[in-house]
Amino acid sequence: MPTSSSPAAAPADRAPARAATGAGGPAQPASGAPRRRRRRPSPVARTAATPYLFLLPAFAVYAAFSLYPLLRAAQFSLYDWSGFGPSTFVGLSNYLDLAGDAAFRAAIGHALVLIVFYAVLPLIVGLVLAAILRRGQVRAMGIFRTVIFLPQVIALVVIAVAWRQIYAPSGPLNQALRALGLDSLARGWLGDPGAALPAVGFIGTWLEMGLVMLLLLAGMSRIPNDLYEAVRLDGAGPVREFLAITLPSVRGEIVVALVLTIIAALKTFDLVYLTTSGGPGRATTVPSYEVYRRAFELKDVGSASAVAIVLTLLVFVINLLVTRIGERPA
Amino acid sequence: MRVSRAEQMMNYAVLALFALFALAPILTIVRTAFAPRIGESPGLHPENLLEAWRIGGFAESLGHSLVVAVIVVTCAVVLSVGAGYAFGTMRFRGAGLLFPLFLLGLMIPAEAVVIPLFFDLRTLGLTDTYAAIALPQIAQSIAFGTFWLRAQFRSLPPSLLEAAALDGAGPLRALTRVLVPASLPAVITLVVLVFMWTWNEFLIALVMAPAGRLRTAPLGLATFQGQYTAENSLLAAGAIIVALPMVILFLLLQRHFIRGMLEGASKE
Repeated sequence: MPTSSSPAAAPADRAPARAATGAGGPAQPASGAPRRRRRRPSPVARTAATPYLFLLPAFAVYAAFSLYPLLRAAQFSLYDWSGFGPSTFVGLSNYLDLAGDAAFRAAIGHALVLIVFYAVLPLIVGLVLAAILRRGQVRAMGIFRTVIFLPQVIALVVIAVAWRQIYAPSGPLNQALRALGLDSLARGWLGDPGAALPAVGFIGTWLEMGLVMLLLLAGMSRIPNDLYEAVRLDGAGPVREFLAITLPSVRGEIVVALVLTIIAALKTFDLVYLTTSGGPGRATTVPSYEVYRRAFELKDVGSASAVAIVLTLLVFVINLLVTRIGERPA
Repeated sequence: MRVSRAEQMMNYAVLALFALFALAPILTIVRTAFAPRIGESPGLHPENLLEAWRIGGFAESLGHSLVVAVIVVTCAVVLSVGAGYAFGTMRFRGAGLLFPLFLLGLMIPAEAVVIPLFFDLRTLGLTDTYAAIALPQIAQSIAFGTFWLRAQFRSLPPSLLEAAALDGAGPLRALTRVLVPASLPAVITLVVLVFMWTWNEFLIALVMAPAGRLRTAPLGLATFQGQYTAENSLLAAGAIIVALPMVILFLLLQRHFIRGMLEGASKE
């Protein structure tokens, strides 16, 4: 904004426009020190109000349908309410109840297990695949990329339908196991209390590996070829090359991938709702599913809101935490 | 520098393995969709698709999805262009406070807002309307769109706006005639992403339209699953009907999908 540093330098043609529009504008607060004329918001914006006019419609919708409901959820969480009729203020007792609530504690535990499947496994797979695509001199790289990324664009309902059939007692997975003579492993995967959670988690691994791979590949493509040439000339194999060059240079991308996939693990409502409804028993319930179940099945809106607020805080904290750790110098 | 032949073969083997893993569930669904229904003769049965289309009421639910998607994409993109323009090219008081407030929206889970929204809109008699399904999704998309387009507008050379000012353009004219045309690829990416999120959205459509009159395609499929759990081939056919539009769009506009999902994530 070079024009406004001294009034004399202001182009003459813009001054009248401002004088005309700014004259009746008390909206401009005095900004501290005795100043020359305020600089214009941008070369084409003539009044101080212009930026707010462009911002207002977006902000109004965003505030009304995202920020305000979040505050309402915080408010709801302090009441005991069935969704109908009168509500009672109960302070923090919805939160205190969660501490001793078996379903909620199970949900948190399951979320941690799902993080392994949604974030850790895809990170390992993604690192290997991206390193191969970056360095392996692979033909038809585009096809591999497209195919492995494809699950990301398919609706989770469709994915749930597909995997339910795969996991069904007489589905392809069990058929394959029986064909291999592993009959003892065959089971109704989503109905088995021990197998259901890993089975749901595995869908997450399948889902997220393509996204993680492409994120890491974008980071790796910035590594100059000379660097790779140099270590190979030093006699390094693919493993040492990976550890010495590739891994350290995608720190940033690893952080982004972890933030995205951990949050996806915490928010995995669709898949749980559509494959197991949290069952068998409570074997696959997760925080986001608990929000729904409490509000619409148990008619306990206060408790649902408390879970929702805890979930939101968890997302915020993980975001901050992972980013902080990633920024710390190695 | 060439990698050894053995290493190269290994690489292909690993890639092929994971490509197969990624495709297997999709191929399973396609195979099942054309398989004979219970009591039918073996062979290919493409009529399953028509049958699923008819029984599942997909004409209707795809129609609802399209209406919701058009509303959400149009509103979210237009509003985000405005907000991105203000944050990306203008100096004003409060920008430093308001922009992080928009960024916050990238982290707010739908699970947290959907409960109060449902009860508040029910009080207003607005549940089971297109507005109830669309507005929460517009709000979510505005958070991303503002962030995305602010970065885009900031990356343009300031001389563009200065030249527009010399030509006597006002702020709206400079935006629609200069900045948006210069940012078309980024705007298209945003359109594609918001369209995909809206098309695939489940929770908001589930909660905000409980009567089922405005069932979107994913909900239509979920309902279908509830009714026809035994008919795997019809269910698979329904799944294909819901997924196909997005898969085709992805194959056509791959670069936009990938660029948006990667850069959108990395710039946070």
